[in-house]
Amino acid sequence: MKQYEMVIGLEVHVELATKTKIFCSCTTQFGGSPNTHTCPVCTGMPGSLPVLNKQVVEYAMAVGIATNCDITRYSKFDRKNYFYPDNPQNYQISQLYLPICRNGYVEIETQSGTKKIGIHEIHMEEDAGKLIHDEWEDCTLVDYNRSGVPLIEIVSEPDLRSAQEVITYLEKLRLLIQYLGASDCKLNEGSMRADVNLSIRPVGAQEYGTRTEMKNLNSFKAISRAIEAEKLRQIELIEEGKTVIQETRRWDDNKEYSYAMRSKEDAQDYRYFPDPDLAPVVVTQEWVDSILNRQPEFRDAKIKRYIEDFKIPEYDAQIITSSKHLADIFEETVELSGQPKEASNWIMVETMHILKVREMEPEKVSFSPSNLAKLIKLIESGKINRTVAKEVFEVIFDKDMDPEKYVEENGLIMESDEGALKEIIQKIVDANPKSVEDFHGGKEKALGFLVGQAMKETKGKANPALINKILKEILMH
Amino acid sequence: MDIMSLTALEMGRKIKNKEIGVVEAAKAALDRSEALESIVHGFVTLDGEGAIRSAQRIQKLIDEGTLTGPLAGVPMAVKDNICTKGLLTTCSSKILYNFVPPYSAQAVLNMEKAGAVIIGKTNMDEFAMGSTTETSAYGVTRNPWNMDHVPGGSSGGSCAVVASEEVSYSLGSDTGGSIRQPSSFCGVTGIKPTYGTVSRYGLIAYGSSLDQIGPVAKNVSDCTAILEAVASFDKKDSTSVLRENYDFSSALVDDVKGMKIGIPRDYFGQGLDEDVKAAVMAAASILEQKGAIVEEFDLSLTEYAIPAYYVIASAEASSNLARFDGVKYGYRAPEFEGLHEMYKKSRSQGFGAEVKRRIMLGSFVLSSGYYDAYYLKALRTKALIKEAFDKAFAKYDIILGPVAPSTAPRLGESLTDPIKMYLGDIYTIAVNLAGLPAISLPCGRDKKGLPIGLQLIGDCFKENNIIRAAYSFEQTREYERPEIAKEERR
Repeated sequence: MKQYEMVIGLEVHVELATKTKIFCSCTTQFGGSPNTHTCPVCTGMPGSLPVLNKQVVEYAMAVGIATNCDITRYSKFDRKNYFYPDNPQNYQISQLYLPICRNGYVEIETQSGTKKIGIHEIHMEEDAGKLIHDEWEDCTLVDYNRSGVPLIEIVSEPDLRSAQEVITYLEKLRLLIQYLGASDCKLNEGSMRADVNLSIRPVGAQEYGTRTEMKNLNSFKAISRAIEAEKLRQIELIEEGKTVIQETRRWDDNKEYSYAMRSKEDAQDYRYFPDPDLAPVVVTQEWVDSILNRQPEFRDAKIKRYIEDFKIPEYDAQIITSSKHLADIFEETVELSGQPKEASNWIMVETMHILKVREMEPEKVSFSPSNLAKLIKLIESGKINRTVAKEVFEVIFDKDMDPEKYVEENGLIMESDEGALKEIIQKIVDANPKSVEDFHGGKEKALGFLVGQAMKETKGKANPALINKILKEILMH
Repeated sequence: MDIMSLTALEMGRKIKNKEIGVVEAAKAALDRSEALESIVHGFVTLDGEGAIRSAQRIQKLIDEGTLTGPLAGVPMAVKDNICTKGLLTTCSSKILYNFVPPYSAQAVLNMEKAGAVIIGKTNMDEFAMGSTTETSAYGVTRNPWNMDHVPGGSSGGSCAVVASEEVSYSLGSDTGGSIRQPSSFCGVTGIKPTYGTVSRYGLIAYGSSLDQIGPVAKNVSDCTAILEAVASFDKKDSTSVLRENYDFSSALVDDVKGMKIGIPRDYFGQGLDEDVKAAVMAAASILEQKGAIVEEFDLSLTEYAIPAYYVIASAEASSNLARFDGVKYGYRAPEFEGLHEMYKKSRSQGFGAEVKRRIMLGSFVLSSGYYDAYYLKALRTKALIKEAFDKAFAKYDIILGPVAPSTAPRLGESLTDPIKMYLGDIYTIAVNLAGLPAISLPCGRDKKGLPIGLQLIGDCFKENNIIRAAYSFEQTREYERPEIAKEERR
């Protein structure tokens, strides 16, 4: 059998995190009773007109700058005409002729080193509503709450060659966009959607094979599985002397199988033309500069800074920065506590542990950095010991409770009053003459027993180091 | 006194002076409309109850002194493609036979703020596509000057009800001449403002890049007052322009001394009716006698305006009218199998022939493979036409010409030959393509006694030039009323 390689290009839709829709002031909030987040504009009422949400352009430009794109200085919206009930105007406002960003790239790490994946363009468009089929009444209902939610579509060049590269590229994009705050990029909730264009060709061939487009990919795992399956399907066809048909296919991740949705012959003529209701988007250098100045520190830069400034290991820096949310918590905790190593430990060890056990996404972490910082201060000042601290951390993680208040209310503050401790220990020494004798006889174990007794007496709240110190002072006298 | 023979401003003054009550005025308009509608049929919907209610409210505001504008309390009519909250808005189409908008167009809100009492919605060519008001799904409107003739279109209803004095003024819309041509045919005055002057929010789109709402009334002063009330910068309309100046009344001056007027030779060639030509040239010499400098020139590109217009307007319309699909509002076919058939049947049954023709034309010119040859070429032509006007306005303050090649045709004459009907738009269409303001005002009558319109075109945002010239010309003649308007109220 010949050796084949895949040629893959991605079309990634990302729902932008604006408060309001792209062409009206309705909320973009997810959920809500059907058709409650709507107005004449996003339901396609006669006479209504779109007005562009500037924030959408800013997010699109920010993503474009982060992916090394040229920003189009004179960009336009076009109408994509097609009939479907989820699309209230029966045209989608999108960009075909003059998209906001073009000619970019992102760098991904592969086994054979750094690789550039070209970005053909990024354009802005509006999302459609949702159709709900009512089995009981045997009718289809439309919910326009999502109609007009802003999207950007990031179209890559056909530069990807494996499922692994695709996943790495998507993760890179996702992190960039999350760092920008432009979207939460959740594949399972549809705020990030990827369509995979895939063809195969013999290794070494120059021309492309016929490609298919795969839709309905709701997780990184599904994307991987779909790519592998489609590769095999195309190889099989070619090996059997058949041809690959240019078509759109739908992936069923439960059956691990795709089926044809529509072929090129059925492809609609969208009759794109510039939307006469919207003015061209004119981007000045000042506008680009202001976006540039507001670009956040991205992951690579953060990792470098954590290693240099905070002296934490690269591995730790990578884990923490794998989520913008965790990195934010980390940095604020460091800011408040002045203890990067401690802050890193709490996130790397305890936080990650809880996330793993509970199968939670890092984005769901909801405790405030100020509470973690307070916890670190409590340990630093010797008010609680590490055993107690772990217990307190779980409370912080679950309820975001103020640790100072919690240890106070639950009497967990460590005994560090030397006078009081001395009294307690003196009593223990007096009550255990045998152990004292053993200690003087050279039995180190006896000391351990006495420390244990002191801990018991103080209900675990005593500072073990202090107990040791006092005990030795008493015994040596 | 026959209240309805007054101009809008005269009526407004009498209301202010408590000589006429607002309810009394509304009732007069409603009574007269009821009496004449069986003949003229200028309205799709008359809203007697709503009109009386708002008349009472407005009277209160006038009495309190909170409403002091010159049009406060004057009854009026709105073209049926302009959304009115709670009041049926059909675009004279079956497909919107039951559409009651949950919002009012910004233009309507502006007029209401000025104290307008809307008595009803006027008939039009279906979705403003046509030049005769015969494509309406709700019957033809007749020309008050001669019932065998059309009122023109598409704002035929808005112009007919002003000529017949059912109301003293109305709002129309103009995409390719739809205010000016019926104004000319009905012997009234209408202004198509500079594109972007009046908000299009709530105007049901035909050709979005060409549509403008404007006033129709008995004279230039009324139109000017209405324009001042209806014009506004509107954030809800991205094509709305914040103008430096919204004062048009100051241009109501009887003085054209030194004003440079260009007459395009292109507008006086083949196809122009002799009576129309004579009346328009006579108007030009009157202005010349009053001190204007009148000169003939070659505008050029005139013959390309019609094809460019029908490509652009139809392309936009094919997309704008896609939303009428039976899913969300309006007409849905009673019987169908599945989604596709619901679309097909609802639209086939809901739209009339002329609308279907333009949707098909528009879909064709936007199709892949034809887009460059038709749509892009039309856009380039549009840009060249604008350049030709720019050149002309470097030399002239206004351009003077006829509104239409002929006076109002007989009912039924035009629809059989759509190309001929399209050619009738030759003098008005270029104005929309270039986004310019223009006014149509009466300048005489033909042998049959039908009114002839004079068109004055200004540069963008220079409404005041055409208003000044129109006002000056208007001072030289009496306003002519059709017989039907003079008849005693029945």
